[in-house]
Amino acid sequence: MAKSLFQKVWDSHSVRKLANGQTQLLIGTHLIHEVTSPQAFGMLRDLGLKVAYPHRTFATVDHIVPTDQFVEPYADPLAQAMMDELRKNCADNNVTFFDRASGKQGVVHIVGPEQGITQPGTTIACGDSHTSTHGAFGAIAFGIGTSQVRDVLATQTMALGALKVRRIEVSGKLPPGVYAKDVILHIIRQLGVNGGTGFAYEYAGSTIDGFSMEERMTVCNMSIEGGARVGYVNPDETTFAYLKGRPYSPTGAAWDAAVANWKSYASDAGAVYDDVVKLDAASIAPTVTWGINPAQGISILENIPSPETATSADDKAGIIEALEYMKLPAGAPIKGTKIDVAFLGSCTNGRLSDFQEVAKFVKGRKVAPGVKAIAVPGSQIVALQCEKLGIDKILADAGFEWRAAGCSMCLAMNPDKLVGDQLCASSSNRNFKGRQGSTTGRTVLMSPVMVAAAAVTGYIADAREVFSVANN
Amino acid sequence: MALAKITSVTGRAVNVPGNDIDTDRIIPARFMKCVTFDGLGEFLFNDVRKQLDGTLKEHPLNEARFTGATILLSGANFGCGSSREHAPQAIAKYGFKAVIAENFAEIFFGNSTTLGMPCVTASREDIAKIADAVNANPQSEVVIDLVKLEVRFAGQSVKIAQRESARDSLVNGRWDAIGELIDGKTDVQSTAGKLAYMSA
Repeated sequence: MAKSLFQKVWDSHSVRKLANGQTQLLIGTHLIHEVTSPQAFGMLRDLGLKVAYPHRTFATVDHIVPTDQFVEPYADPLAQAMMDELRKNCADNNVTFFDRASGKQGVVHIVGPEQGITQPGTTIACGDSHTSTHGAFGAIAFGIGTSQVRDVLATQTMALGALKVRRIEVSGKLPPGVYAKDVILHIIRQLGVNGGTGFAYEYAGSTIDGFSMEERMTVCNMSIEGGARVGYVNPDETTFAYLKGRPYSPTGAAWDAAVANWKSYASDAGAVYDDVVKLDAASIAPTVTWGINPAQGISILENIPSPETATSADDKAGIIEALEYMKLPAGAPIKGTKIDVAFLGSCTNGRLSDFQEVAKFVKGRKVAPGVKAIAVPGSQIVALQCEKLGIDKILADAGFEWRAAGCSMCLAMNPDKLVGDQLCASSSNRNFKGRQGSTTGRTVLMSPVMVAAAAVTGYIADAREVFSVANN
Repeated sequence: MALAKITSVTGRAVNVPGNDIDTDRIIPARFMKCVTFDGLGEFLFNDVRKQLDGTLKEHPLNEARFTGATILLSGANFGCGSSREHAPQAIAKYGFKAVIAENFAEIFFGNSTTLGMPCVTASREDIAKIADAVNANPQSEVVIDLVKLEVRFAGQSVKIAQRESARDSLVNGRWDAIGELIDGKTDVQSTAGKLAYMSA
């Protein structure tokens, strides 16, 4: 019977049925970080257990690391305590820790792929909802809570119910100046902030097939923002080319065997899906959010919704609440909204190609007066790649602060935070109230190039106009 | 590990209305700088309950008449966003024993169940009926019955739903799967043995 990749991975990793009807699922790769693991290690100690498969467990530190302080102890003693705890837990359990000293530290969802740890046909779990990023490789990757981190540490498995699969086909050529970030913001807008609850999203179609691995990661990364715990792309030659030669990729005869195995996991042509959605790439424009959840997005050419245009009572209440928080005028163009901060980075858009694309456009330009602009590479390796290419210099010359790798202002568990009701043009993934560290701070999500356009003009702008991108 | 069989939750309730109440709102990220979950209850809904200087804002949880409520009522897509277990932990540590909402975000639902904190769904109209009753009389006893799948309050009763695997786990006292997962060790080794990357 023809199967989807999800079904194949689920089947090959199913250990047994549990009493409540859920499946005990083998988790091949466990990624851990400092925020959601310390309590899990504590529970493990209480149970008198050690990590069951330390060689399949990998750690790094990302959420709390200051991006402008390199020497420990960190100024924030709580951050230092979390760092120390992770270091000790890894040492006690023989878990590989991509610490800053390793030169491989970074946001966990950037480190896994970069090291070749993230592979097709595997299961991955991490105590972070953006774990769906790894699905870009044809892995089934779950964001989990701390008790499940404990379960995976202790048994390399967890209890789960199978998901339905929705295939989202995006076809055709994206217009110039439209990026993978716009595609996923558009998908979430179309399907809703909880439209994916109970589903794994299979991203497919010629647009996705033509994407680089970094673009695919951007798309898969935000699956959870549409309610889907899992998102993936079928592995293909692009996937294999990316993985070849990475530190944890197989070599020699094992490489050939792995590629053959990986290919066998791709969804079969006749696979049956619980739902299929088709989208036309040509209809997608640069997209920005105007509200307080990632589905509240519009194209840069549209006006901010007003309560009068609401489609339901719920929609109306949502618009009123969002506009009040965002302090944006109903019905006005979003273009021209003044910004205070520009943030480039995060597990969504903190990879080499993101900075390369921005550098191409901001070279010789200056960040607008009064705008604080920071560029935060997603990993130490991304930082090094950028520095070798002189991208750090281009960004610094333009007025961006070039920082060290970490989650930075995406969630403000570190010193990078908004102040008061500052409005941030952000390449990150969440625009929830208070997300960027100020209880009244405002986030507008967009692609890195749109962040760059906002940075140099001081306003939310159409990057295609600002940077004279030919619109065919 | 004997776990309690959670067949019902009885207590007073409080309504925190709204859709898409996300985990950052339930527990802002800055309070996650901790290595234990102890003390998180104090910061539940912190930024919608308190001003920066600590003075209280208008919020149902700040109303004395709802002090001691153990059942939380809310809207659609409750707990969306991050996978942080800190969110259900904060709710539980505050003193809640169950949540009734229109529907829940996936990861939040699973995290809550594993803590033995039932999340059940009801229609908007029915949640409004419960909310009206507890707003009229905060002392009203509300009973969530996981066996009959109904909520009883103020002489009324409404239907609720819960994913069967979660309901089964709660009523049979196996909501924390760790014991069962550990018992599967031999099967785990056999499954892992068939996957080349597991020995890498």
